[in-house]
Amino acid sequence: MSVLTGTYFSQGDIACAEGAIASGCRFFAGYPITPATEIAEHMARRLPEVGGAYIQMEDELASMAAIIGASYAGIKSMTATSGPGFSLMVENIGLAVMTEAPCVVVNVMRGGPSTGTPTSTGQQDVMQAKWGPHGDCEIIALAPASVQEMFDFTVEAFNLSETYRVPAIVLADETVGHLRERFIIPESSFLKIRERKKKQHDLSSDFQEPELVPPMACFGEGFKVFATGLTHDSQGRPDTRSDAHSVLVTRLCEKIRKNSDRIAHVKQIYMEDAKVAVVSYGSVSRSALEAVKMARKEGMKAGLLKLDVLWPFPERQVEDVASSVSRIVVPEMNCGQILREVQRVAGISKVVFLPKVGEHVHTPFEILDAVRS
Amino acid sequence: MIPHIWCEGCGNGIILNCFIKAVQESDLDTNKLVVVSGIGCIGRISGYINSDGFHTTHGRAIAFATGAKIANPSLDVVVISGDGDLFAIGGNHFIHAARRNLDIKVICSNNFNYGMTGGQSGPTTPLEAWTMTTPYGNIERPFNLVHLASASGAVYVARWTVMHVTRLINSIKRTLQKKGFTFIEVVSPCPELFGRYNRMGDASEMLRWLSESSEIHHGYDTSMADIGLRQKLILGEFVDIEKPEYSDLLNAANLRVRETLAKQERPTLVKLEG
Repeated sequence: MSVLTGTYFSQGDIACAEGAIASGCRFFAGYPITPATEIAEHMARRLPEVGGAYIQMEDELASMAAIIGASYAGIKSMTATSGPGFSLMVENIGLAVMTEAPCVVVNVMRGGPSTGTPTSTGQQDVMQAKWGPHGDCEIIALAPASVQEMFDFTVEAFNLSETYRVPAIVLADETVGHLRERFIIPESSFLKIRERKKKQHDLSSDFQEPELVPPMACFGEGFKVFATGLTHDSQGRPDTRSDAHSVLVTRLCEKIRKNSDRIAHVKQIYMEDAKVAVVSYGSVSRSALEAVKMARKEGMKAGLLKLDVLWPFPERQVEDVASSVSRIVVPEMNCGQILREVQRVAGISKVVFLPKVGEHVHTPFEILDAVRS
Repeated sequence: MIPHIWCEGCGNGIILNCFIKAVQESDLDTNKLVVVSGIGCIGRISGYINSDGFHTTHGRAIAFATGAKIANPSLDVVVISGDGDLFAIGGNHFIHAARRNLDIKVICSNNFNYGMTGGQSGPTTPLEAWTMTTPYGNIERPFNLVHLASASGAVYVARWTVMHVTRLINSIKRTLQKKGFTFIEVVSPCPELFGRYNRMGDASEMLRWLSESSEIHHGYDTSMADIGLRQKLILGEFVDIEKPEYSDLLNAANLRVRETLAKQERPTLVKLEG
């Protein structure tokens, strides 16, 4: 019932919802917004079937608050939105970071700023996913490029958020959200599902420095757990001494940064002897792959570095690529976001930017031109 | 987290005491009690109670509580927060939770201003009152909280002051055993800020004002029960009705879905042939 093993032909949004259900998500709170509405609608159909609950909240602020509440009540929870809704959720994403509440936020990106292009695609919220909340926040963000990845990366998002007690963002774009493709839901025995480490009543699970991820105490388990958005000590008590804040924020950042190698993965295609690399993510990487294949046919040594994870940024992999190629092309459906991370790691002079802010994904020819020149 | 941060003469201490008394005198499993509070002086209360608790972002206590309660209906979820947190920034969440008749208990400490930030005006600041952001007198009509709660669908609505300790404890007890969205407004003195700015005397004089200006009228028409500095303060239990509660409705609906699913031929997601 919860893992509908089989082969399907459906939208990315649907695959994402099925990935959530297969991961054990049993609470969804959301608000309709193009192009993520189908996720909410499918969760509304499926959650009652698996004994979960769907609630349509009055706005995205409430949706994000509600999924943190459900997470603290011990249930895997998710919301889905697009750019304008994500902007509203940003404050409470900060609350989820500060209170270490595992949860998944899907942002099916459209064109912005503001109301922008509700029914068209974009990749303009990439930096916001990381820097949206005030304060220093480290989150995890994945960028699916196919309907299959909408399923797979949603499962991974749940696993990562449970493992690291951090909000995990599925940063899709409208193209992959509304695209219809074949995708496979595997047997449940093939799915690796991770649960948060729970606090035990004996002292065995007590949090010790220098561990980075504390076991989680949830409501109703007899722990009288207290969590606050205020800065706090290791017992969760508000603490305004300056070293408590430093200790806490450092740990929250290191929790992700020190595990970056385990979290940030990429796909390398035709990269072994490449002299020009295309670094891309999301729907654009589909055109990029085609462009790289065409370039190879023309005799160019081109390769594709597809970023599966955007945050934490795969610095090591990009650095490795930068040391062996003479040029990096970054095609993005925005005015330069992941571009800046690539430039930071590879150096500005090596990186060529190919923006496209306008309602469509780059064509393979557009990327091929940039690879050639 | 004791000592607490509240001023001398603040009504929040009495609200804390009354709540704890009510919990102790009720049949509640405190392992299942969750106190959710927002931002403000009263927002610190969840840190002073020995139960599960959560201190949310400003205005979002009820939204957080919604998620917690639906995810685990065996929890007793209480929201204790202030007039600004619940009715300015949090107003939307309040009316929708009441509309849904979610089984959460809301207690509002109404001290007519935003105390934590130094005494600015809020949605319950009486007309003509002086606050740090209405230095020429407040021109905005305040909310009538009990009327708002009743109109939004709350199944229990009451108003007391911190002088009415026994009645407040009994009201809280009533809400703890009642299913559905309940609301208690507690009129509370802020002698350091609102009281001082409006020359209402010290804490004991403010308490005397609360006592002398109030009249108890159970079942009073809430639309007539608005608050003003120079008029009678109407107290009592105004609403105590029964309505189907959200989680009950949700579970019944979900059960019907699963029964239908067992009988239906066409699955929700159709597989590809071959």
